[in-house]
Amino acid sequence: MLKIENLHARVEGKDILKGLTLTVNPGEVHAIMGPNGAGKSTLGNVLSGRDGYEVTEGSVIFNGVDLLALEPEARAAAGVFLAFQYPVEIPGVNNTYFLRAALNAQRKQRGEPELDSMQFLKLVREKLKIMQISDELLHRAVNEGFSGGEKKRNEIFQMAVLEPKLAILDETDSGLDIDALKQVAQGVNALRSPERGFLVITHYQRLLDYIEPDFVHVLADGRIVQSGDKTLALKLEEQGYAWVAEKDPALSGASA
Amino acid sequence: MSEPQRTPFVESLQDAAARVQLAGSGIGWLDAARRENLEAFVAAGLPDTRTEAWKYTALRALGQRRFALGDAQAAARAVDAAAFALPGVDGPVLAFVNGVFRADLSRLNALPAGLDLQPLSQALRGDAEPLRFALSRHYREGGDAFARLNAALAGDGVVLRVAAGAKVLGPVQLVFVGAPAEGDLAWHLRHVIELGEGAELSLVEQHVASGAQQHLGTQVADIVLRKGARLDHVTLQQAAAGGTLVRRDSLHLGEDAQARLHVLELGGALVRHDLHATLAGDRARLATGGVFVLRGRQHMDTQMAIRHQALDTASESVWRGVADERSRGVYRGAIVVAPGADGSDASLSSKNLLLSGQAEIDTKPELEIYADEVKAAHGATVGQLDERSLFYLRSRGIPLGEARAMLTAAFCRAVFASVSHGGLREALDQRLMAHLPSA
Repeated sequence: MLKIENLHARVEGKDILKGLTLTVNPGEVHAIMGPNGAGKSTLGNVLSGRDGYEVTEGSVIFNGVDLLALEPEARAAAGVFLAFQYPVEIPGVNNTYFLRAALNAQRKQRGEPELDSMQFLKLVREKLKIMQISDELLHRAVNEGFSGGEKKRNEIFQMAVLEPKLAILDETDSGLDIDALKQVAQGVNALRSPERGFLVITHYQRLLDYIEPDFVHVLADGRIVQSGDKTLALKLEEQGYAWVAEKDPALSGASA
Repeated sequence: MSEPQRTPFVESLQDAAARVQLAGSGIGWLDAARRENLEAFVAAGLPDTRTEAWKYTALRALGQRRFALGDAQAAARAVDAAAFALPGVDGPVLAFVNGVFRADLSRLNALPAGLDLQPLSQALRGDAEPLRFALSRHYREGGDAFARLNAALAGDGVVLRVAAGAKVLGPVQLVFVGAPAEGDLAWHLRHVIELGEGAELSLVEQHVASGAQQHLGTQVADIVLRKGARLDHVTLQQAAAGGTLVRRDSLHLGEDAQARLHVLELGGALVRHDLHATLAGDRARLATGGVFVLRGRQHMDTQMAIRHQALDTASESVWRGVADERSRGVYRGAIVVAPGADGSDASLSSKNLLLSGQAEIDTKPELEIYADEVKAAHGATVGQLDERSLFYLRSRGIPLGEARAMLTAAFCRAVFASVSHGGLREALDQRLMAHLPSA
């Protein structure tokens, strides 16, 4: 479904991704772990099409389409969803209105009929139940005045409504206490399906206690330097990222 | 001092004035006031940008144009009533087409108790004496050219009085329609609005176009609130894309009076709005909120001047401007807290959004305080749409154009949150959304 090959990207003239290769198949959950500055967030931003990230080499093919050639809205319509590390507050735009506009914009781009307000409301009610979110959130402006936990839950709720093929979670665990973390993980687990792939970007292993990955990759200095199953995450937790650097002499200079 | 040259603009209107018989002519004091104001207008002509009040709005091009005065065919012009329909809003309607009262488009039957509502042309046929004070005014400031012109040539307008203690929350709708004619027309409307002690009025004013034209409309409104009166006034301006509209609202608030004004400016090629308010009575309160959204080569100039003149008065002003393409917005908000107006509270916020590198907005809040124990705050910004918000919306599938419209509407919407009439609030929102390009 997602095939990243030898991806190089730079931000403000600085090389961040330096030859990243990764394949995600439907139904798989891939965790991307790595120290600060390894390029984790850059990966999420490049995949979702944020301005300011220049791809200098390599390719990203998503279900047979050159993802990098698409505008951010077209990537969303194609089925890519990024759960933001820092969801943006948008005063004056109602959460429900926003979500319906987003869903219908995606459906329109895909040539599907738009949902009227009754159909949309029905869908939202179903998803609220799954996410265990109070509908009070819906009546507020997008993320305005939300707590950290509410913002992250709202991201997952949006994901539930938009039903992407590939969900990228960018450090969704950052800033959450353990209860909020569990709630968010529960939401994500409810959305796992054989058709949907996940890219879970995280600094800490703790999120992976609740969202169990099929594969764990270690990202360091812009490349994946190690891949394994979930036991790799535990090993990292135990020994720290320095352990990876020791195993890869080429990195010890970069991360020192 | 050399005599200013008579421009085609001045010439055409002076000549027309000699031929046209305005409503109320024959009333001695009115004839005299009109004559004197016309003379003053002709002598001074239109101001240039050296006049402080017109610093950002050049009238050179207007000065070269010629206008016919009034529309003899106004009664027969077909107009599209959908242009001013406000679903869910009832109440009396007073409608004018090309500056002429149209009974067929108005709704004046069964007026609520305590409301006197009639066109000026009709009021002048009866006892004109109560209008003498308002209509015999002389305008002496250098920037008052249009007020002079209006005083010289206005033959119609709105006379609205709410009796002491009466509540008119209908709201009353004033509708001014511009319709295509054989040439470019100029019309001038004069409004006299008075709320008696403890009276309440909800008022909606609409400027709309029924077809493309390049007319000039001027209006001068005197609005007086007696002790404890309350006014809710919403203005929706959607004049023709080629139109020129010059409005001056002068408010006078007595003791404990409260006025709330909301303005949405969307139309017109050249639009000027002067809003002058005097908080003359103790504890008078004024809230103003305005939004302009411009594109193409539109030019909109709002000049607001609020004067706190009594104890414990309060004013709050929230204005938002949006300029796209090559448009130009001007906002000046001047607040004076006069000597003796102790305990006054004044706040002013002007935030503006530039959607194009070629658009321009000039905003200038001014605060002058001559009293004690005054609370005052003001702020002005000119910026662009937040890139992070735009990306957030796009990352959810919302196309760039729609995302921009959504954020622009959100930027403006806060101003109208304080409109108390739900139907009107919705109408403002809908007109705003419909106006924003989504592609």
